[in-house]
Amino acid sequence: MENYNESRNEAWREELRKSKTAKERNNIARVEMPQLDPAYRITCNEEVNQGINAEQAVLEATRCLDCPNPQCVTGCPVGINIPKFIKNIERGEFAQAAATLKETSSLPAVCGRVCPQEKQCESKCIRLKMKQPAVAIGYLERFAADWQRNNTEQEVPPMKPANGIKVAVIGSGPSGLSFAGDMAKQGFDVTVFEALHEIGGVLKYGIPEFRLPNSIVDYEIEGLRKMGVKFEKDVLVGKTITYDDLHEQGFKGVFVGSGAGFPRFMDIPGENLIGVMSSNEYLTRINLMSAGRGGDTPVMQGETIAVIGGGNTAMDSTRTALRMGAKRVILVYRRSEEEMPARREEVGHAKEEGVEFMTLHNPIEYIGDEKGHIKAMRIQRMELGKPDASGRRSPVPVEGAIEEIPVDIVIVAVGVSPNQLVPRSIEGLDVSRRNTIVVNEETMQSNIGDLYAGGDIVRGGATVILAMGDGRRAAQNMAKQLLGE
Amino acid sequence: MNKIVSKQRFSENVTKLVVEAPLIAKVRRAGHFVIVRCGEKGERIPLTIADSDPAAGTITLVIQAVGDSTRKICALEPGEFLTDVVGPLGQATRIENYGTVLCCGGGVGVAPLLPIIRAMKEAGNRVVSVLAGRTKDLIILEDEVRASSDDVIIMTDDGSYGNKGLVTAGVEEVIKREKVDRVVTIGPAIMMKFVSLLTKKYEVPTEASLNAIMVDGTGMCGACRVTVGGKTRFVCVEGPEFDAHEIDFDELLMRLKM
Repeated sequence: MENYNESRNEAWREELRKSKTAKERNNIARVEMPQLDPAYRITCNEEVNQGINAEQAVLEATRCLDCPNPQCVTGCPVGINIPKFIKNIERGEFAQAAATLKETSSLPAVCGRVCPQEKQCESKCIRLKMKQPAVAIGYLERFAADWQRNNTEQEVPPMKPANGIKVAVIGSGPSGLSFAGDMAKQGFDVTVFEALHEIGGVLKYGIPEFRLPNSIVDYEIEGLRKMGVKFEKDVLVGKTITYDDLHEQGFKGVFVGSGAGFPRFMDIPGENLIGVMSSNEYLTRINLMSAGRGGDTPVMQGETIAVIGGGNTAMDSTRTALRMGAKRVILVYRRSEEEMPARREEVGHAKEEGVEFMTLHNPIEYIGDEKGHIKAMRIQRMELGKPDASGRRSPVPVEGAIEEIPVDIVIVAVGVSPNQLVPRSIEGLDVSRRNTIVVNEETMQSNIGDLYAGGDIVRGGATVILAMGDGRRAAQNMAKQLLGE
Repeated sequence: MNKIVSKQRFSENVTKLVVEAPLIAKVRRAGHFVIVRCGEKGERIPLTIADSDPAAGTITLVIQAVGDSTRKICALEPGEFLTDVVGPLGQATRIENYGTVLCCGGGVGVAPLLPIIRAMKEAGNRVVSVLAGRTKDLIILEDEVRASSDDVIIMTDDGSYGNKGLVTAGVEEVIKREKVDRVVTIGPAIMMKFVSLLTKKYEVPTEASLNAIMVDGTGMCGACRVTVGGKTRFVCVEGPEFDAHEIDFDELLMRLKM
């Protein structure tokens, strides 16, 4: 792991620390993210968070106390040297701030937008202990990455000489891209195989444009290309080519980051009616296929849309539905708002935009018309009972409290399971009962020596940054193994 | 990008394309399908593979123009390209020596049926094929089917070719005259429904190959879900073939209208 003190002891850092008193730093209020007006933003697909400007960034960076024992870094799954990049912002060296991010993160502009910083780096910030809001690390990360993208030519980070060893990556989502970037830096010859016709995985098909513009993902992918990473689209490993074929083609290591793209349904009556669909289907049609925005792919439209679930995907679905022209969007979640796995920011944005929240409610049946199209949902009111295995209070039905609400479309966003396609195709691979690939949690190595895995295919449904952390750890360990270190 | 090598028009709306796809040509088996896309804004369209030539690195697709996307694909000329072809997808047909296999195809469904007919024949089965179409022009691939079948019965709705009548009449004729051990049916959902009802009556195990609505074709979207034996299954990864007697055809017919 990075030695954080080494950079902290550099002369410029000491000088910068002394340039302001703690009191001066304490008197600065945390920056607020400029946002598009809710009434305007639901009419378009523009990014909601507009990003902070240089002046705001420098001021926010000044709030960071540059602690001798920074805890923020322990909250970062990829171990970004957070104080170093923030202090570079404070002194106006934005390019160096961006370079610091790039040392450990392949996708800083992405992470700066979609990471749950409030649960990670920012949750460890010393300012919280001082009863003050945490330093806005996420906003600063985004600022540095965006500044670099907008103001400099894309540069290739320092790379080791090519070692001629071929490694394959299955899936081009966050774990695969992170792995690919780290291996390329170490001199490996990296090829990424993607089943879809676009590179980026969930960053493209899942997360909507208004939260993560595709141009930002494409920029990061272009950066990887410049580092020599090769991308093969329309190749489904396990179907088009096999794991054995990869060996025949001379690949010495394989990283599986095929994700958790298998939508869960609730198995309730009427779920196969027309107009009931998974959030994966809804978001893929719109995000990946540009349905309703000039693409040939159709997507169902409706005036009243219900979204079932309380995660980020559920929030993305509600907000997408508004932007597609729905008049009324209802979020149905069986627990209370407090238990929602979605980021607070997303919940707040959804509310500002007019999404109706029906918490402590659960659909029990969908009712169709004579053509088989959904026309109503039957909703059971819930109350919170005893805590369950996850520590959250589990919802229990309130007897007799059932109501029927007319709806045109229901989007089911109750989670995903690992896509079994790749794991099933590899003989002898250790797969759990939940269909995740079993790996050594330290090294991300599977029971098959040259096969590593990470992201949702291992975790079953987590975040972009945890997936990236996995890719990074897998790269470190596979590199050691292949280089015989 | 996958190049169109040759093209043949079977009827006004049905076109055969031979497409470069060397990796798929090498590994595909009877029953597999591909997803193709035409144009940068193109829709992902599932198409069952009718044939392949591993040496030439090509696969054969037979496409019925039913909407804008399929019309666009049918309009492609040799030398032009499909933007994307991915596959082979789905589970291959279970090929065994069952004894006598009745292969029953309707309309453009005869195209994906052809590799199954061939594979069943190669596995040592007696193969009886029943081909059906509304009218003479819509009976496709007859020579190819004949080459791998022990007997062929042709049914047209209007009697313009073969026997006049529905596909079920042809199927029933065969089941009545000889012992049939297995039926494979591919065609419009409504046709498969009635074939299935018939073979259920005669207790002949039947596989139907479903053509559901899909987006990704890899299990991601769930648009293709169908109820089989009371359980929801995904056509793209668990199918496209299922035990016809267990399929909820009414739900399938309803969902195809979306």
